[in-house]
Amino acid sequence: MDIHKLNKAFENRVRLGIMSALIAGDAMDFNRLKELLAVTDGNLASHLKALEKEAFIQVNKTFIGRKPNTKYAATADGKKAFKAHIDALEALIKGQK
Amino acid sequence: MEKDYLKDISEIRSIMERSSRFISLSGLSGIMAGIYALIGAYIAYEVAYSYETVGYTEQLVRSVKENVTVLLLDALGVLSLAIITGVVLSKRKAKKLGLVFWDKNAQQLVINLLIPLAVGGALAVIFYKEGYIKFVAPMTLIFYGLGLLNASYFTYRDIRLLGLSEILLGLIACVYTGYGLYFWAAGFGLLHIIYGAVMYYKYER
Repeated sequence: MDIHKLNKAFENRVRLGIMSALIAGDAMDFNRLKELLAVTDGNLASHLKALEKEAFIQVNKTFIGRKPNTKYAATADGKKAFKAHIDALEALIKGQK
Repeated sequence: MEKDYLKDISEIRSIMERSSRFISLSGLSGIMAGIYALIGAYIAYEVAYSYETVGYTEQLVRSVKENVTVLLLDALGVLSLAIITGVVLSKRKAKKLGLVFWDKNAQQLVINLLIPLAVGGALAVIFYKEGYIKFVAPMTLIFYGLGLLNASYFTYRDIRLLGLSEILLGLIACVYTGYGLYFWAAGFGLLHIIYGAVMYYKYER
């Protein structure tokens, strides 16, 4: 089985978690992600940055009243890459059996 | 290596579930709600029903009108007890699962349940005032079912089946109008106990 199809960007479990959450639950803000994944602020922020750099997620900054509100959402590219990654995982596991 | 991938997949599944559905809903609270409803129905039976009224819509309507305050208090008592128990037990389940109780999915669930429920409640009051009292009990069942159906997209799918059952029961109750209280006890009592038990065994043990 082709291990190279596994996306390096998703090797980290926090990143995998971020993508899972954003694809299943639509756009969400930082705190919602934090409460779902149970990770620290710094950890989550750095992985969000990495995914943003890959253009797998997009960041929308708005204001609710005067409070800044940042929403994260999976991009079309991100969804495609995530699906390919899952397919590769599935193929790998099937191949090993 | 294989273990790792499997772990990845189970993690993905659990996060997707947590992010799109409210899974803290407690089956036990459904059982409790059903028990409260049965007790409430028994009280209502003692108040409004008698040998001459069961199955006879005309007499029953007169009896309901005479005792409307007691019956309303009875229903409100059942409702408040059910809500309080639901919140307490679901909060406890959320804590056990390590989840935040009042999250976005919980809010969506409540809003989507409340919209049909509010419409049904308003219609029930209008029907009562206009004299169509025999349709009040069936209507509450139907609109409660619609609310559950609507809310089921944000929690366990079992709720969808419960909603459909309530709607069906409500429609049947529309035909056999003299037996509103029995249908009411079946819908809010028995069905809650059955589905609550199913969910309890499926997800909480």
